Amino acid sequence: MELSLATRTVAGHTVLEVGGEVDVYTAPRLRERLIELVDAGARDVVVDLERVEFLDSTGLGVLVGALKRLRTAQGTFGLVCAKEPLLKIFRITALDQVFPIFPTVEAATERDGTGPAS
Amino acid sequence: MATVRLSFSPAPVHVRTARLVGVAVARRAGVDEALLDEVRLAIGEACTRAVALHRQYGLTELVTVEMSDSGSYTVRVIDHAPIEASIGLTKLPPDELAAESLTEDDLTTGVGFALLAGFVDDLQVRPVEDGPGTEVRMVWPVTRR
Repeated sequence: MELSLATRTVAGHTVLEVGGEVDVYTAPRLRERLIELVDAGARDVVVDLERVEFLDSTGLGVLVGALKRLRTAQGTFGLVCAKEPLLKIFRITALDQVFPIFPTVEAATERDGTGPAS
Repeated sequence: MATVRLSFSPAPVHVRTARLVGVAVARRAGVDEALLDEVRLAIGEACTRAVALHRQYGLTELVTVEMSDSGSYTVRVIDHAPIEASIGLTKLPPDELAAESLTEDDLTTGVGFALLAGFVDDLQVRPVEDGPGTEVRMVWPVTRR
């Protein structure tokens, strides 16, 4: 399935809903959208991966890039993911120790929920 | 014994095709359904790496994926980049993953290798026998014949 991207605001956070396949072909579009959001002033960003069917190293690289960009901008960055196959990818790469990962958008957008992008 | 060979020009858009074919052949070969997500990811990572190397070196030669189901399910992904390009394959420690000094390309390479090593029990990376290039060889058990 093609990549889908949709943005909404929840409790003062910019939530980017990602769907479909994030791979070496589609990841550049995700990167561009995240850069656009930060350039437009978004500082508390949550990427919702619940509808992602496939995520590879290129997609993970883009997410780390966004984390660094928001850290530089004094913002926060969190992920929403409850799917075990995706969580396993974060564990194997040790990126579960880099990203704040939440089971729901509500948990990710609670005040002080994401903490500083570290 | 059945072998399926797929060759594609080194463009990102074709990596998805390689994943789809690789999983279809795995399913037909009798690889456990529970392993198919890992097969999909590993073939994708190996092909992504090959495409990245060909583009890095300006190579237009085709990347080859060879799938064989004789006894086990074996997938070989073959590139034609200089062999020294493979030396950078290494798993990154967690504290380096978000380091400012690490470029996105280097991070992706390290993470890609971590995924290959994490998802494939039987993984070999070795030089191809004729000419420059590397073969990433992955083997999965076949449980149903």
